[in-house]
Amino acid sequence: MQPARLRGASRRQAMIPLLGFVLSACAAAPQSQAPAPEATSATAPATPAPYTSTYQAPASPPTLIRGATILTGTGTRIDNGDVLIVDGKIADVGTGLSAPADARVIEANGRWVTPGLIDVHSHLGVYPSPDVTAHSDGNEMVDPVTAQAWAEHAVWPQDPGFQAALEGGITTLQILPGSGNLIGGRGVTLKNVHATTAQGMKFPGAPHGLKMACGENPKRVYGSKGQAPMTRMGNVAGYRQAFADAQAYREEWDKYRRELAEYEKKQKSAAGKKDEDSKPPVPPKRNLQAETLVGAMEGEILVHIHCYRADEMANMIDVAREFGFRISAFHHAVEGYKIADMLARNGICGAEWADWWGFKMEAFDGVMENLALTDMPPGSCAIVHSDSAEGIQRLNQEAAKAMARGVRMGLDIPREHAIKWLTLNPARALGIDALTGSLENGKMADVVIWNGDPFSVYALAEQVFIDGALVFDRAKPPAEPASDFLLGQHQTH
Amino acid sequence: MKAMKTLIAAVVAVCASSAFAQDLLIQGATVYTATDKGTLSNTDVLIRDGKIHSIGSGLDAGGAVRVDANGRALTPGMFAGLTAIGVEEVSLEETANDAALGLGAPAYQMQWRPEFDVTSAYNARSVLVPVTRVEGMTWTVLTPTTSRAGNFLAGQGAAVTLDGRQDAVLEGSRSLFVNLGGQMNSVSGGSRAAQWMLLEQAVHETRNRITGDKTLMHPLARAAFARYLAGGRVVFYVDRAGDIVKTISFAKRYGIKPVIAGGAEAWVVADQLAEAQVPVIIDALGNLPNSFDQIGARLDNAALLHKAGVKLTFTLFEDGSHNARKVRQVAGNAVAHGMPKEAAIKALTADAADIFGLGATRGRIAVGQVADLVLWSGDPLEVTSFAENVWIAGRAIEMRSRQLELRDRYLQRLKQSLSN
Repeated sequence: MQPARLRGASRRQAMIPLLGFVLSACAAAPQSQAPAPEATSATAPATPAPYTSTYQAPASPPTLIRGATILTGTGTRIDNGDVLIVDGKIADVGTGLSAPADARVIEANGRWVTPGLIDVHSHLGVYPSPDVTAHSDGNEMVDPVTAQAWAEHAVWPQDPGFQAALEGGITTLQILPGSGNLIGGRGVTLKNVHATTAQGMKFPGAPHGLKMACGENPKRVYGSKGQAPMTRMGNVAGYRQAFADAQAYREEWDKYRRELAEYEKKQKSAAGKKDEDSKPPVPPKRNLQAETLVGAMEGEILVHIHCYRADEMANMIDVAREFGFRISAFHHAVEGYKIADMLARNGICGAEWADWWGFKMEAFDGVMENLALTDMPPGSCAIVHSDSAEGIQRLNQEAAKAMARGVRMGLDIPREHAIKWLTLNPARALGIDALTGSLENGKMADVVIWNGDPFSVYALAEQVFIDGALVFDRAKPPAEPASDFLLGQHQTH
Repeated sequence: MKAMKTLIAAVVAVCASSAFAQDLLIQGATVYTATDKGTLSNTDVLIRDGKIHSIGSGLDAGGAVRVDANGRALTPGMFAGLTAIGVEEVSLEETANDAALGLGAPAYQMQWRPEFDVTSAYNARSVLVPVTRVEGMTWTVLTPTTSRAGNFLAGQGAAVTLDGRQDAVLEGSRSLFVNLGGQMNSVSGGSRAAQWMLLEQAVHETRNRITGDKTLMHPLARAAFARYLAGGRVVFYVDRAGDIVKTISFAKRYGIKPVIAGGAEAWVVADQLAEAQVPVIIDALGNLPNSFDQIGARLDNAALLHKAGVKLTFTLFEDGSHNARKVRQVAGNAVAHGMPKEAAIKALTADAADIFGLGATRGRIAVGQVADLVLWSGDPLEVTSFAENVWIAGRAIEMRSRQLELRDRYLQRLKQSLSN
């Protein structure tokens, strides 16, 4: 825990989060947001190959987890249930399953099984421990729009926070740039596996996120330097100009592609004869900032917006409408409860804390029932997020607090529903809900066995599986810390 | 004028007595006494004149207000940790945050102001007060923090009751707060060694009544500092094991009663802390090496300290004022990592009171103690349970806060919107 001994030095404030957006969520959703992008309009250059994931799931034996209380992540609870894992995938979930001959069988009587937990908002690796100046890699605060910056290029895989999060059951997490900028850059979704490179942690096939930020942070960062944005007016003007520029860039590429097609057609129709006068069109110069924003408008990059106040979230929905992008999730959304119906109607997730509030003006109206109220309308997508190296270690406790406050208010929120807030719903916000986030046949076997009811302060993750591989076992703690930084530092005397 | 004063005194007396006019009988509770008696099942507690009058079974109290606990847990009012409740309404707003002194003197003109007393800034009408107490935290220790333009000697603080009275400081709890370690390098000339150098200088100035332009302290400041050299309580924020040992010996040398706050590596020197009877205030959620002072941070810090016989309590070191209610969860996690549950509850009640010199009157469910009590919906440390009734000095707290008002307003609107 970082002592906030120096005034205003809270880590959460330092890492203002950004905006986000989910493909799958959008596909299923709202009439009022921008229409889905046309499949043909891939106008920006594709992500270059060197940045692809090098993660490969290790081989693991077939595994049968037997006799547990299972929360599937799809809203179902199975008592005395079994989960069968084969080839790193969920092969079956039910009761009385039989194990293949070579299977590892885990008797899980009295224990609970959930999908691996997913945090849509983390700064592990970009604001790692130790929190020293040299590690401050989450906010490129030299310009309010740095859509060209990618969080994955700053992720330090040796951050001890990854292992700590794993011990809390986190199997997937999105690392976002901070919220000092209006548009901070691209977020990256990681498998919470230990690797020497960020590429080795990248979730194969997960779309990038785009981090944007409303409110106090960008206007404080730049306003205090006497430059734009200094006000919330300036914030919105800043997003709009950036997207307007990206639209122009997209048009340049559209024009180029049309001219190229024409040129190629001409060359073909010239049938053998060379047309000496005709020259191929020159492609526009690549603009990395605009590429990211075009990706967001095309729906290839999911938009995640750090936004606290209800009125500002409504403004961002308008901005998204103007430029034809979809918002995957509002992050923090401390006032999400004031517009829960609007969020649900627009198919936007609310990624929220259970109870964090008051550290700045835009967090002053926080209530402990925020998640439960955000969850209330039909079609809603409530998410428990951390934005914290401490909170990510116990997202289950955050969910438990939120659930209990909702129940006290008279809502019916069973555990099998609340577990979605930290499994399937964040998977949806990250565009990976077809791959993980629930215990369904064919999905990645990202699984946690808890030593009791995970909605308890006393519950601990006993075993954690990623793609079927047992990556944490509390009964057999690793002899050495996973992080190189901690190796040789742990003194027992 | 004199008449007016008398009148005011009379009104206060009437109010005070009417608040305690009726006895309160809590029947059939599971009573976490936080004493040697441990936990008593199916027990009654009678409160008279704001104090615990008797504890037993089948207590009868004529016209007392009766609350049927029906087996639910009753604990002493919990400690909200080291906070600035009523002192910082919105952390980042300069006009709404009085927690730190920063006179901005350059390092070569360092001015220590130990007479800075953060309790003078306390606002009993802060929205944080009800937000905190409806969650079962009935008192806190107002703690000055170090501003970037200030000193690592942050000033004085004290315990306050959260019953809403303006004159809320609890007698005997006043403490001096000194923040040490690498995080304070920027306000101590760039080195933690300078922190000890300056502390030694302050002692020297005080003992020898040194005056002049080049002193750390003017006479009033020196007088304030002198009180702590005469056996006063000084809370040292310090994480690194070696710095903790140094703090213990510094305090011993100069007759200071030390309390360690932070203590990420306290487990390393648990035996020395126990031997010197130095209590520790920790955030049991801290297990990451957030700084080079916290390399040895681990989740069973509380369990190890408890096992070694160190008196401890809990706090939150990140945004702890607004989120003071989370201290219960902090204690619960200490239990999940090996501390006995009764000990963790005692840490948040009796031990916290003892650490701040209040143990004779608060922190326990025992005859004669002030009746700061909480009746819980379930396990007092469980994240799914909550305070159902809170009494401070025997008076029932209204279970409302600005947050609950906001919740109810928008629950209604949302229900309406969804039914359309």
